[in-house]
Amino acid sequence: MGETQGHGHQEGHGHAQGSKYGMVIDLDKCTGCGACMVACMAENNVPTKPDETNKLDTITWMRVFKLSNGKAFPEAETCYLPRPCMHCGGKHDAGHSPCVSVCPATATDYSYKTGIVSQIYTRCFGCRYCMGACPYKARYFNWWDPKFPADMKEYLSPDVSVRMRGIVEKCSFCFHRYQRAMDRAFYEGRELEEHEYQTACTQACPAGAITFGDLNNERHMVHKVVNDKHEGHAVLQGRKPFRLLEELDTNPKVYYLSARDWVVKAGNASLRETKPATKKPSGGHH
Amino acid sequence: MEAAYQKIVRLESQLHPEGVQRAPLWQFVLWLGFFGAVLLWGVYAMFLCWFKGLNQTNMNDYYGFALWIWADLGVIAVGGGAFFTGLLRYVIGKDPLKYIINYAVLIGFICYSSALLILAIDIGQPLRGWFIFWHANVHSMLTEVAFCLSCYFGVLCIEYIPLVLENRKLDEIPFFHHTAHNFHEVMAIFAATGAFLSFFHQGSLGGVAGVLFGRPFAYRPEFYIWPTTFFLFTWSAAACGPCFTILVTKITEAITRKKLVKDNVVELLAKIAGWMLLTYSIAKIADTLYWGFVMLPKHGLQITDFYTNASLIYTKLGGVPWILLIEILCSVIPALILVSKKGRQSKPALVVAVLLGSMCALINRWVMVLQVMAAPIMTFDQFALYFPSWQELATTILPVAYGVILISLSHRYLPVFPQERELNPV
Ligand code: SF4
Ligand code: SF4
Repeated sequence: MGETQGHGHQEGHGHAQGSKYGMVIDLDKCTGCGACMVACMAENNVPTKPDETNKLDTITWMRVFKLSNGKAFPEAETCYLPRPCMHCGGKHDAGHSPCVSVCPATATDYSYKTGIVSQIYTRCFGCRYCMGACPYKARYFNWWDPKFPADMKEYLSPDVSVRMRGIVEKCSFCFHRYQRAMDRAFYEGRELEEHEYQTACTQACPAGAITFGDLNNERHMVHKVVNDKHEGHAVLQGRKPFRLLEELDTNPKVYYLSARDWVVKAGNASLRETKPATKKPSGGHH
Repeated sequence: MEAAYQKIVRLESQLHPEGVQRAPLWQFVLWLGFFGAVLLWGVYAMFLCWFKGLNQTNMNDYYGFALWIWADLGVIAVGGGAFFTGLLRYVIGKDPLKYIINYAVLIGFICYSSALLILAIDIGQPLRGWFIFWHANVHSMLTEVAFCLSCYFGVLCIEYIPLVLENRKLDEIPFFHHTAHNFHEVMAIFAATGAFLSFFHQGSLGGVAGVLFGRPFAYRPEFYIWPTTFFLFTWSAAACGPCFTILVTKITEAITRKKLVKDNVVELLAKIAGWMLLTYSIAKIADTLYWGFVMLPKHGLQITDFYTNASLIYTKLGGVPWILLIEILCSVIPALILVSKKGRQSKPALVVAVLLGSMCALINRWVMVLQVMAAPIMTFDQFALYFPSWQELATTILPVAYGVILISLSHRYLPVFPQERELNPV
């Protein structure tokens, strides 16, 4: 299992690529309800502040952006775009992620076994270089000591350590769930099944907009969708999966689907019309 | 009372270098007191940041690098006068520069110690600062910066110590006298080492922004194994550092109302800085053009993307990308003044040129930190505004007060300017 998993293949700079966990998010299904954000925070012991209105210093591993096509009624359209960490693989999936390559203390790492970008909380010393490097703004700094209301402490997940003030954190694709599922599969001497390792946001989404799995495993839905395999058609419905800022060679593992042209164009600057007829899609959080 | 004061004055005056005039003690103490108060204000803010954390700043997740990183990059750039003057004096053999090298080293020492202090405040977990050495990631530009910066600061200490030992009273002690003498003997080796280390850390600081391939505003594709910003930063530090050395010399002369360095020495340094600035501005313009018209389109972007949105105060004022223009003018104008003999010899023109030359590096570092952070990359992302908190401002002003105090003490008690006695006979 793992490194030598049957579906793995040689890629990049001679690194044996085992699994490559990734996501496909159907933007035409997302209603912007924010369940993924809530589930993520609860699952990963993300601290909150009494006042969370300033989104520039609050921690949201999963953040739903609100996009608008900038047109007036009746043509106005809105799209909600959930943005976890993209677990960028860098060029050729060699693990040269924007953030991993810059960390001076090797406190964030790329796993060739899972394709997951980890964060080592006890080693990070809070220089925040990785935050500057991440174009998706997926990294968050702990500006304050984490505080949980007394009765909420009982609900903290024992599988995820809480983070101290002064370090950086980000979405881990619920890596502790992978560890737990792997332990069981290993104990039972079998391979990990697709349903056994799913992220909290995937499971919480009431619209079923998020699909999670191993992009390298032909049996997993994400693989089928991304590689346009026969079975994936029901999901694709003529849409082409795209990624955010693909042109920067960050090689993200999160794919998006949308039938709306303006949404696809919002994903990458190069796709814009030379002069947008209307205002650029305006950003905003949800 | 009066007698006691006179006694203190007499004793204190024995610490002054021989044959020079110094301001009355009470004036000096008042001066120190004022800057000491500013320093304490900064130290108070520094402790707030250490004990309460970086929530004392106005930085946020969109501005993880802000005023402090700019201040760091800025002081290191203008402190580049130390390594470059040392290189010119000891390695290339520009002998007249021996009359200004002490001051260049002192300014460099202040700049680098300030940079290290600011870095120590700037990290979220200061007690883990040593992880950068212990768990070093050799691929990170910041690792290279940390190693070279610390080593070079060691070199600056070694260059500054002999000057301290040359204090009149200390020099009377044979051990100190010989130590200082021996240090001078081997100074060329340290100057060469310093130049080597500076080349790398100045460059790596450029690389810090240049390698950010997720940030097309800063990213520069590699030239050999380094992004072009690597060379531009080293180059601009070598060009702007001497400008700052001259600027501070001129300010010191104005405050002490004395000529401290002969014109031919200043003009020689100014001329070299001028040519460095001229070549730098050509390289910088070429780099900007390449970035704007070759690299950005390759990444699906246009140069106007960075100068058209709501980010007025950083980028565009009245339809003009003012900061880009000012940055370029701040290298071209002083370069033209300093390469011409007439320009160098006119005092007002020289002062304007070295002022602009110093600003050139500071603006460039500002752009490479703040503007890099400001430019949203996802098409639907927002431009966020940042204004530093008083704690950030106080800790950024702290090094200025510290610098003034160290310069004042050094000037009063150490033979910083070898030509002072000759130029100001008592
Ligand atoms: S999205 Fe950001 S934090 Fe996540 S791997 Fe990519 S660069 Fe790193
Ligand atoms: S903030 Fe932490 S993880 Fe990020 S670059 Fe610095 S040490 Fe590495």
